[in-house]
Amino acid sequence: MSDNTDDIELRLLLDAIFRKYHYDFRGYSMASIKRRLLHAREKFGCGTFSLLQDKVLHDPTVMPELLTYLTVQVSELFRDPAYFRGIRQHVAPFLKTYPSIKVWVAGCSGGEELYSLAILFREEGLESRTMFYATDINPKALRRAEAGVYELDRLAAFTENHQLSGGKSSLSDYYTAAYGGAVFDKTLRKRVVFSDHSLVSDTVFAEVQLISCRNVLIYFDRELQDRAIGLFADSLSRQGFLGLGAKENLRFSRHADRFIEFSKEDRIYQKRGAS
Amino acid sequence: MSTRPIEAIVIGASAGALDALTQVLTPLPADYPLPLLAVVHLPADKKSILAELLDMKCRLSVKEGEDKEPLAAGVVYVAPPDYHMLVEKDGTLSLSSEEPVLYSRPSIDVLFESAADAFGPGLVGVILTGANEDGAHGLATIREAGGRCIVQRPHNAYASTMPLAALQTCNDARTMSLPEIAEFLKEAGGLP
Ligand SMILES: C[S@@+](CC[C@H](N)C(=O)[O-])C[C@H]1O[C@@H](n2cnc3c(N)ncnc32)[C@H](O)[C@@H]1O
Repeated sequence: MSDNTDDIELRLLLDAIFRKYHYDFRGYSMASIKRRLLHAREKFGCGTFSLLQDKVLHDPTVMPELLTYLTVQVSELFRDPAYFRGIRQHVAPFLKTYPSIKVWVAGCSGGEELYSLAILFREEGLESRTMFYATDINPKALRRAEAGVYELDRLAAFTENHQLSGGKSSLSDYYTAAYGGAVFDKTLRKRVVFSDHSLVSDTVFAEVQLISCRNVLIYFDRELQDRAIGLFADSLSRQGFLGLGAKENLRFSRHADRFIEFSKEDRIYQKRGAS
Repeated sequence: MSTRPIEAIVIGASAGALDALTQVLTPLPADYPLPLLAVVHLPADKKSILAELLDMKCRLSVKEGEDKEPLAAGVVYVAPPDYHMLVEKDGTLSLSSEEPVLYSRPSIDVLFESAADAFGPGLVGVILTGANEDGAHGLATIREAGGRCIVQRPHNAYASTMPLAALQTCNDARTMSLPEIAEFLKEAGGLP
């Protein structure tokens, strides 16, 4: 089917964003990007993507805001508790045999997934030998992750998820309520490095034992998914672990045979010994 | 009216969905020549047996849609719980975990709008029973793109709010009973 005018302009807009700001959304799943950019277009009062392109190229304050439309930021502490139960029951015992552990939370958004793992690692007695890397392309999200402050009305869901994940303590041990928000204990991020890193264009930066990358790959097309999964395989140490979102898997990936399905129902993969 | 052949069917349903979908889908043969995509609102519970249940009742095969899965004829793709399901222009599915729309994830509007964009006049949109307004905007988008719009006759529906809302935004949609919708879908697929 031939592209309509909107699609032609949308591609030009993504091209312009790439050339000017080096954010590469050209290989993202278009249906949801388009939907979100249509909202942005309306918000900026532009009748066409070309007018939005004009704005983003000439007004430097527009790109940071557009980034919140281009990247989906929805997350939750211990989102999908079964996954964290899987990490706790099957991966943690393995990691306990290691003298030092590096964990990469790729596409960490506002830090919900990072704090979930930091709490889990503390509860499992792994914290003191672990180093976390929390990365994302959205600088606002990284700042939120670093601040570790969440709205109070989200805590009931977080607390329930934590319990369902097999939590060994009370979630309230890890935060204090202040100024209408819950501030997570800063000792949880003592061993965390927050950094800007794109799965689309950046390379390996460390050898890690666990990568948690949930609900990021669904926003990429097949080819980009393959690139990211290759990057994960290259970053993991022998027998390192990769955890994906509930609806993501390696089945169709070019790199599938570099992994074994470690805990299939939890979407946890293990890098093969050799390679 | 467009002469472009129909390429896909999208269906949205909420309260009373299982029974309504069963009545619409069971008359269709296993070799139905089009893909069907459905969004059903389910309790936020993360696991759903809806696809399995429908699969047992229907001759078509029914499954949860997977990310980047190519659409195939004769298959019903049901949006998985807690994810939006969208159609790409290359005929594959994408999932998204973005915010609920009208408190719903999956959202009927999100599927319908992306499908309207992907299939244009080659799409049939069907709104069945439900107690909210999801799908009304999506159905209007399908009509604007030249597709065909069907709404379950409100007074026949288990919950009429959704059909009524759809008729508000899409007042020239055709209203039908469930057996009539099944007949229409057969014809849309070129079956006798
Ligand atoms: C839906 S959130 C996932 C949050 C969390 N991992 C979870 O599952 O709850 C997706 C995140 O991926 C980030 N992202 C998008 N493109 C990326 C890229 N190329 N490299 C790294 N992160 C990216 C977004 O900024 C966003 O924070």
